[in-house]
Amino acid sequence: MPDTITREEICQPENMIYCRTPLLTDAPLSYCPGCGHGTAHRLIMEVIEEMNLQADTIGVAPVGCSVLAYDFLDIDMQQAAHGRAPAVATGIKRLMPDKFVFTYQGDGDLAAIGTGETIHACNRGENITIFFVNNGIYGMTGGQMAPTTLPNMKTATSPFGRDVQTMGYPLKITELIAMLPGTYFVSRQSVHTPANVRKAKKAIEKAISYQKLNKGLSFVEIVSNCNSGWKMTPLESNKWMEENMFSFFPLGDIKVPK
Amino acid sequence: MKDIRLMKGNEAFAEGVIRAGCDGYFGYPITPQSEVLEYLAAQRADERTGMVVLQAESEIASIHMVYGGAACGKKVLTSSSSPGISLMQEGISFLAGTELPCLLLNVVRGGPGLGTIQPSQSDYFQAVKGGGHGDYKMIVLAPASVQEMYDFAKLGFDLAFKHRIQVMILSDGAIGQMMEKVELDDQVPRMTNEEIIQKYPWTTTGKTPDRERNIITSLDLNPVRQEIINRKLQEKFKKIQETEVRFERIQCDDAEYLFVAYGSSARICQKAVMLGRARGLKIGLLRPITLFPFPSDELAKLSKQVHGILCVEMSAGQMVEDVRLSVNGAVPVEHYGRLGGIIPAPDEVLHVLEENFINETMISESAAGGERKS
Repeated sequence: MPDTITREEICQPENMIYCRTPLLTDAPLSYCPGCGHGTAHRLIMEVIEEMNLQADTIGVAPVGCSVLAYDFLDIDMQQAAHGRAPAVATGIKRLMPDKFVFTYQGDGDLAAIGTGETIHACNRGENITIFFVNNGIYGMTGGQMAPTTLPNMKTATSPFGRDVQTMGYPLKITELIAMLPGTYFVSRQSVHTPANVRKAKKAIEKAISYQKLNKGLSFVEIVSNCNSGWKMTPLESNKWMEENMFSFFPLGDIKVPK
Repeated sequence: MKDIRLMKGNEAFAEGVIRAGCDGYFGYPITPQSEVLEYLAAQRADERTGMVVLQAESEIASIHMVYGGAACGKKVLTSSSSPGISLMQEGISFLAGTELPCLLLNVVRGGPGLGTIQPSQSDYFQAVKGGGHGDYKMIVLAPASVQEMYDFAKLGFDLAFKHRIQVMILSDGAIGQMMEKVELDDQVPRMTNEEIIQKYPWTTTGKTPDRERNIITSLDLNPVRQEIINRKLQEKFKKIQETEVRFERIQCDDAEYLFVAYGSSARICQKAVMLGRARGLKIGLLRPITLFPFPSDELAKLSKQVHGILCVEMSAGQMVEDVRLSVNGAVPVEHYGRLGGIIPAPDEVLHVLEENFINETMISESAAGGERKS
C-alpha cells in the first residue's frame, strides 16, 4: 500500500458518488453565493438529462437575475423580453409541438409585468412548463419591491416596509393560475434543504413528464431566498424564508391530475 | 387557367400568407384589419396547409409569439393597425436585436391615440425610422393595390429570410378594405423541420450532439461587443439600401413636375397625373414601393429633370422629409396632406401642384419677360 493516494486514483468512476450534470456548462454562475437559482438550474438540467431530452428541449430565459440562464444551460434557448416568456414559449410550442418547451422566470417577470402573458398561457392550456422562482424581490435591479414582497417587508422602493394600504398585497399568482382549467399540474417547492431539494426534483420530473400528455400547462414555483436583496447571510435568509415566506406561500402540490 | 378572384385587400393578404407557405399567424383583432384573422380562421388555414392560427390575448403577446416561432426558423407573422402596432414596438425591437425574420402588416388608421378607424399614412416615421428602442430598421413595403397586398406576403417572407430582418407591410385602411381583382399563384409548400435545420442552422430546434447550443438573445453587457453587434446590423441595413430599393415610375420620362406618393395616395396621384396630362401638363409620379430602403438615388436623378416636387401623404408630412433629404435642395419640394382619415381627391392634389409650381411659374415667367424659372 502506498502512503498517499493521488488525485487520479480518487477520480475513478467507481468512486463517484456525486457530480455536476453534463448539461450545465463550465461558465461560472453569475448568482450571488447562497442563492437558490443555481440549485434550481441544476435540478431542471438533471431531469432533462435523465429523461434524455437535451435534443428535444427549447428553453426560454426571462429578464431578471436569470436573464443569462442560457450561459449555464447546455440546451437551445431564447431570451425573452421582460415578462413575455409564456408568449414566446407559446409561439415555440405551437410550431414545434414535439419539443419540450419551458420558461424559467422570476417573480417580477412572471407576476408583475408578465401577469397577462402568464395567465393567458395558463388559461389556454398551452402544453408548456413554467418554472417560477419566487424570492419576493427584484434581485438584479438592486432589491426593489416585487409583486410577491411580503407585507411590511423592507426593500429599496419600500424602505419603511411594504404598506399594503398604498402598495397593494403580495400576489399569490400560483394559487390564481391553479384555478384555471388550462393548468394540469401546479406545485410549490423550495430548494434550501436536502429534503426540499429531493421534493422539488420530484415536482420538476412530474412537470416535465406531464408536458408530453398534452393536457395543459405544468407549473412549478420554487420559493427561494435572496440573501443579497434581503441583506442577510445565506443561512439567515433561509431561516427568514422558513419563518416568513412559507406561511404566506405554503409548500406542496396545489393542483395534481385527477 | 389563371386563378383570378375579387377580394378585399386584407383577405388577399391573408390568402397570400397561406399560399406563401406560412407556418404561423398570431394576432389580435383591431379595425380596419380584423379580416386577416377572420379570413385565416374561416379558410381553415390549419387544414389547408397545417399552419397555426392563434388569436392572442393582446398585440404584445402576439409579437412575442412571433418571436418564439421566428427563432425556430418558422415563417411567422402578425397583423394589426396603428394602436396595436404601437404596443408591438417592444417585441419588434427584440426581433431586430436578435435578427429574426418575420412579416408584420400595419393597416394604418388615423391617430394619435385611438384616433379614427379611417385610412391614414401617419405611421410612416414609426415604420421607417425605427419605432422601438435602439438603432434598427425594418424593410418596409408599401402596397398600392389589392394585388400587391397579396404579392407582398410572399415577397415579404422572401426578403425577411434573405436578410434575417423584419419586413413590415405598411398599408392603410383604404387598401385593406377595398376590393379589386387578384391573380393568385400556386401553393408554396411549408418547409419541414429538417429543411429548416439544413437551411437555417442558427435556429433553436433542439441541441443535437453534432453542434453547439443555439442561443437567441439581444443581450450583451460588454459594450465593446455590443458596438460590434450594432455595427454589423448597420452594415446589413446599408447592404439592403444598396440592393433592395423598389419603386414605380409613372409617366416620369418627360415629366416637368413630379408627385411623390405611396400606397393609397399614389393611386390618387396616378389619377391626378392622368387629369393633368389631359390638359397638357407634363406631370409624373414616383411611387416608392420600399419605404426603407427609400429610393433616394432615383429621386436625386429626377430632381435634375423636374421643376417642382409635390409629396402627397395622408399625414402632416412624414415621407416628405426623406424626399427633401434625397433631393438636397436641388428643386423645390412641397407637401400636401390630409389628416384624421380624410382621403384627398385627384383634382384636389392636382390643384395643389398647379398652385405651388405651375401657376407661380407662369406668373414669374411673365414678370421675367418670358424666361422660365428654374
